[in-house]
Amino acid sequence: MRGLYAIYRKEMGQYFVSPIAYVVVGLFLIASTLLFNIYLKGIMQEAQQMAMQGMQYGMPESFDVPGQVMRQFFGVLTIVFLLFLPLLTMGLYADERKRGTMELLMTSPITEMQIVLGKFFASLTLFVAMLLPTASYIVFMCLKSDPAPAWRVLLAGYAGVLLFGGSLLSFGLFLSSLTESQIIAAAITYGGFLSLWVMDFGTQGSASISGQLIQYLSVIRHYDDFSRGIIDTTAVVYYLSFIAFFVFLTVRSVDSMRWRRA
Amino acid sequence: MIEVQDLTKSYGSVTAVDHVSFTVNKGEILGFLGPNGAGKTTTMRVLTGYMPATSGTARIAGFDVFEDSMEVRRHIGYLPETPPVYPDMTVETYLDFVLRIKDVASEKRQERIADALAKTNIEDKRKELIKHLSRGYRQRVGLAQALVHDPDVIILDEPTVGLDPKQIIEVRHLIKGLAGNHTIILSTHILPEVSMTCDRVVIINKGKIAAVDTPANLTMRLKGGQRVYVDAKAPEQALEAALRQVQGATRVEVSSRADGHATATVEAARGQDIRSQIAAKVFEKGWPLYELRGASRSLEDIFLELTTDDATHAQQAK
Repeated sequence: MRGLYAIYRKEMGQYFVSPIAYVVVGLFLIASTLLFNIYLKGIMQEAQQMAMQGMQYGMPESFDVPGQVMRQFFGVLTIVFLLFLPLLTMGLYADERKRGTMELLMTSPITEMQIVLGKFFASLTLFVAMLLPTASYIVFMCLKSDPAPAWRVLLAGYAGVLLFGGSLLSFGLFLSSLTESQIIAAAITYGGFLSLWVMDFGTQGSASISGQLIQYLSVIRHYDDFSRGIIDTTAVVYYLSFIAFFVFLTVRSVDSMRWRRA
Repeated sequence: MIEVQDLTKSYGSVTAVDHVSFTVNKGEILGFLGPNGAGKTTTMRVLTGYMPATSGTARIAGFDVFEDSMEVRRHIGYLPETPPVYPDMTVETYLDFVLRIKDVASEKRQERIADALAKTNIEDKRKELIKHLSRGYRQRVGLAQALVHDPDVIILDEPTVGLDPKQIIEVRHLIKGLAGNHTIILSTHILPEVSMTCDRVVIINKGKIAAVDTPANLTMRLKGGQRVYVDAKAPEQALEAALRQVQGATRVEVSSRADGHATATVEAARGQDIRSQIAAKVFEKGWPLYELRGASRSLEDIFLELTTDDATHAQQAK
């Protein structure tokens, strides 16, 4: 436990002494604020139009503005994550290998599992730190809306974001453990994330067995329910298994450095 | 403290370390001497538990490096060839991090850091970022890292590489000072280093051990025995003839100089001191003697002899 905490502390320190954390969090906030604004404006206009139509034709439509905004906002975050998360994971192993510090870690009395989990939790913490400010927009919107929206949607949305982000981070960390170069790590992580997305996109509504299988395994599809306010245990188990699987692969990958000539 | 038995490490078809066996006693400094690519680093990596051996065993403080790797890692401090430092950390936070992953209790950490900084003489760099330090200071931070948790065994891979002459002397003193309380293995390809710091030397070449002994014994064990350098004002041929008559001289090489002097190198049979006989001979002939000294063969010669065997055999075969 102490070893895990030592690695975690070190990684957090590394994030904040290098400009990476500030740049990523800053850019993410700009992007997410803009997107949130665009959606909020668009949906409010739509709601007004609907309300006017309702008055004309005499059938008042109920329109859930905060629910719609949250759905779309959480939906678009998946794409934003594909762009930002590789920046958080690319250096975590690649740098360590390049500097030779992996040799220090691997000859110290800590296990590979402690190293891998320490790094994973550090990246997850930074991810949460990056997300936290976005909650303020949504809370603000919900407080101003009448009738009050279902808070469940907000909680489910963030639970989904966390699980989805955690899965991408574990995947990205695994890819970073495969190479000594940050650039290559970043490139294969972008490629990997993009293929996750393309695979999902290409098989949407597919009727073939392979298409349905890919849909069933898709990281992005399982996220949909969360953004609608539903916490489905299938999806929760799916994400946790996904994370566990890549954490396991990373441990194996780190361990395999011992058997290679480096 | 350290027992290595028949250790072999192959990378695919390349055998980097080939049936190496040696032991190191508690408090001893063992020098690992060999040309680049001889298998020094590989042996050290196996000892530190970084890599598993292909076959053979190694035990440190009674623990097998593969079976009880965690216990072994608690007992060792290791400085790899490039100091494993994080450029974005200060020296102090770095050492604190190392103590944490070495599982040292928090109340001892401050004291251990102060001790390591004092031993490696980098107290004034305590608050500096490692990336702002010069190569020599980084090397010392690496050294501080290897001894900060007060391990029983310290393994140093080329500890003086990249240091200036003054720093090299300091580091050698430091290493000598550590012996006794710590058992030390250091690798180097610099010969004077082993004769100055080590109690015993393992000469390794192409993965095999060529010799294990104390530096003094190794020098003694030389084939040709004593060598004497003579400088006298004498005709070249006459000097050569005279020296050949000296009892115990096995080989004489003479060359003349422009100022009428001739210089000679005389090799004696093992265990014989022929300096006085040479002096007597030169006086007998009435030549003025300018210089006479025992040119004992250095570790350098042994090293070359042991590590270039194959080359000479190949030449002889031609």
